Amino acid sequence: MGFVSSNNQQHLLSKIATDGGHGENSSYFDGWKAYDSDPYHPTGNPDGVIQMGLAENQLCFDPIEEWVVNNPKASICTAEGAGNFKDTAIFQDYHGLPEFREGVANFMAKVRGDRARFDPDRIVMSGGATGAHEMLVFCLADPGDAFLVPTPYYPGFDRDLRWRTGVQLVPVPCESSNHFKITGAALEAAFRRAKDANIRVKGLLITNPSNPLGTILDKSTMRDILSFITRNNIHLVLDEIYAATVFSQPRYTSIAEIVEQESGSNSINTDLIHIVYSLSKDLGFPGFRVGIVYSYNDAVTSCARKMSSFGLVSTQTQHLLAAMLSDNDFVGKFVAESGKRLAKRHEDFTKGLAQVGIGSLESNAGLFFWMDLRRLLKEPTPEAELALWKVIVHEVKLNISPGVSFHCSEPGWFRVCFANMDDDTMRVALRRIRSFVAKRKGMEGPAKRQCWRSNLQVNLSFRRMDDITMMSPHSPLTSPLVRART
Amino acid sequence: MTMMNTTGSGNHHHGLLSKIATNDEHGENSLYFHGWKAYDDNPFHLTQNPNGVIQMGLAENQLSSDLIEDWMKKNQRASICTTEGVHMFKEIANFQDYHGLPEFRNAVAKFMGKARGGRAEFDPERIVMGGGATGANELLMFCLADPGDAFLVPSPYYPAFDRDLRWRTGVKLLPVECKSSDSFRITREALEEAYEKASESNIRVKGLIIGNPSNPLGTIMDRNTLKSLVSFVNDKNIHFVCDEIYAATVFKQPEFISVSEIIQEMDCNLDLIHVVYSLSKDMGMPGFRVGIVYSYNDKVVTSARKMSSFGLVSSQTQHLLASMLSDDEFVERFICESSRRLEKRHRIFTEGLKEVEIKCLEGNAGLFCWMDLRPLLKEATFEAETELWKLIINQVKLNVSPGSSFHCSEPGWFRVCFANMDDETVQVALQRIRTFVNEKKGTGKAAPEKKKKQWQKNLRLSFSSGRIYEDGCLSPHVLSPHSSMLRAQT
Repeated sequence: MGFVSSNNQQHLLSKIATDGGHGENSSYFDGWKAYDSDPYHPTGNPDGVIQMGLAENQLCFDPIEEWVVNNPKASICTAEGAGNFKDTAIFQDYHGLPEFREGVANFMAKVRGDRARFDPDRIVMSGGATGAHEMLVFCLADPGDAFLVPTPYYPGFDRDLRWRTGVQLVPVPCESSNHFKITGAALEAAFRRAKDANIRVKGLLITNPSNPLGTILDKSTMRDILSFITRNNIHLVLDEIYAATVFSQPRYTSIAEIVEQESGSNSINTDLIHIVYSLSKDLGFPGFRVGIVYSYNDAVTSCARKMSSFGLVSTQTQHLLAAMLSDNDFVGKFVAESGKRLAKRHEDFTKGLAQVGIGSLESNAGLFFWMDLRRLLKEPTPEAELALWKVIVHEVKLNISPGVSFHCSEPGWFRVCFANMDDDTMRVALRRIRSFVAKRKGMEGPAKRQCWRSNLQVNLSFRRMDDITMMSPHSPLTSPLVRART
Repeated sequence: MTMMNTTGSGNHHHGLLSKIATNDEHGENSLYFHGWKAYDDNPFHLTQNPNGVIQMGLAENQLSSDLIEDWMKKNQRASICTTEGVHMFKEIANFQDYHGLPEFRNAVAKFMGKARGGRAEFDPERIVMGGGATGANELLMFCLADPGDAFLVPSPYYPAFDRDLRWRTGVKLLPVECKSSDSFRITREALEEAYEKASESNIRVKGLIIGNPSNPLGTIMDRNTLKSLVSFVNDKNIHFVCDEIYAATVFKQPEFISVSEIIQEMDCNLDLIHVVYSLSKDMGMPGFRVGIVYSYNDKVVTSARKMSSFGLVSSQTQHLLASMLSDDEFVERFICESSRRLEKRHRIFTEGLKEVEIKCLEGNAGLFCWMDLRPLLKEATFEAETELWKLIINQVKLNVSPGSSFHCSEPGWFRVCFANMDDETVQVALQRIRTFVNEKKGTGKAAPEKKKKQWQKNLRLSFSSGRIYEDGCLSPHVLSPHSSMLRAQT
């Protein structure tokens, strides 16, 4: 007997609920629509769109499944483990299970080759890396304050760091001319720009290894960054969620190693240093929502821990991971094997592309590479990039992510994910790219234009994104639409 | 180059950290949390520490976990870790869609209906996840109110609302006093008065939030009162948030009436109606962090769903519960048996209290009683209540929660939880209460003085913020699964 009034929705709900700050109007999400309505399947739909816009690590599940079956006590549901069910289900202490914190600290150290130690008492939980970022910002900045973030960057940051916190993001542009490295000059320029606009910068957020670049910070850039934040007394947040996806030289250096190395010298104010971690990429467990905030600042650890009540990790999952991540035999084998498989996949792809003259940024980490399609652009503009993207999604049938969605300052770059498919699908994708490039080389003039006017409308004002049902027969559990994090 | 490796303390961090990080709005300085320290320092154990403090400040449902364990043994496929279920491991571990597993939403919707005796049906498409009820409540506030806006809340109310609803949202809470003379029922007059006062102070009221069944009262709202609340929010065009997390803890007549039933019976703007739910109390699984936002407002569902990214339920847990909660036979049996055990425990406890003439508010739900100790107060003040509370913790060795921590307007009431212990412990608790009451009645002045020294020594009520919560956290007591300290929700 109730009625629904559509009047006054604007005033009925909060500003946050009505301002579009969730960021789902970005083109980043757009390509998924094409995938969802026509998803590739080797036998069922061989002409469908191949999903290459999802940074998921699906290459190394077999060792995990094997471990799970061999370690029934890690579960509270098996006959061997059910004795722990009650105590685990009732445990809601926001410190987390001690063995979970120890397991995570151990894993984080092993992923960094034991070159750094992590204190379990600094491990704070959050709702995935998504929740970890938001929580840290709530601790470090007031509404209206800003964080500097080098471009190109993960599109979800716009939502995670800004939406409910009211904090702003100030981009620090990085350029292809020096391999998208962050420079001290660019940092200072961005800081000054903010200052001139009366914006108070509270911190700098760096993703290392980088999404979308797949590169890691070298020592000299690290030094520049540390010197910059120390000089300006602002926070440094290192998002290290891809730490274990480093698959070749040079060796990865975590900020934790630098902190340990410098601990005698007092050259770093550790109250400014914070790490965001997660198991979503390194282990391939995005569904388990394991976000970690690791701060060297005691007050932040304390505050974040209280806030973690809003997004604790399920104790069922804590219990499982406590056992898994403390098993050094498994961890060692897994990290090595995962790296190997990522290296091979990366090599197969980049070699395959190089054969048709497509280059990518040289990288040694991540679940993607940063593909250079600048010479395929009609002109070096974002519009041309989006036009090319439409063609790739709609004609080549690959859902890749255009650089503009990562706020890249130069058009023509695309992020291509490679770790979420099997070898056969990868070969199909390569084949499609090769024939597309060959065709492009052969074609000139008006004929080319027709190709671009495709059926995919880039819907930049994003209407009813959520009406697209997750339950379409094409995409039962694999629809990438509106992932928590990609 | 600067050289500070200092650890945190007050002033150094102003400016470096946010205002939110440096204010006290996390609420951990409240009395509600302080009693736990006494417990943590000296926790009761039937055989190993029979003189320890009994934890009665924790609203946990531990009476029916055997039923769940039993189901678990017979349904190994529900887990992704068993040999029967591991083939699903990869798919589930990889699933991060904020809509949640469809089978999880279906199962939760069904369970919610069953918890309301089938008198209301829930649409799986409206089920949105939150990080426990803690996260669900905060999420809703972010959707419904701007910083500076206010929500009315009948008092006494669950203390952590102060944190969950206000801390990071900037929303205010305006308590609406309920009186013992009305059996703590909320009245239309009190609501109107609170609303008027807010308007006069230029505070914009965006909604009313209630707990039904009520924590700490253990009562359910009657049909007429619920209807009048719906009518009130319609008149004022403000939101109505019903926290129904104790729905299945109703253990005797009258039957629970959910807002979802009321809206079927009267004209109402559905865009104003929202339900918060969780499995923490009804099923005794607070560790699994299953919070649910169920809104009848489409825009809120959409917005909340996007926000749920900050606190989704682990897919491993979604998968398990999808199986468990869609097992109709199990669910019905569980709800029934859980009620029966709660009723029995409530009866034993309240009858034990009656023997020494301690009354409780007449209640039929929840995991606690609202105990009336006004006759034991020296005088009708909150100071006297706090003094009595110190005595109960330190001498009687029971951690109960004083009414003032629930913002009760009348001193002398205490919330006592009874579902988080075994039968023997209940008897010990009752025995201690009997002894205490009889002593108070019978003995002369000498005994009280001796007691005075004891409680000054052992319990230091420190209102300045917790080193309790920083280093104290590492004590072996605190890290045991039974530690009550710093619960996400109690």
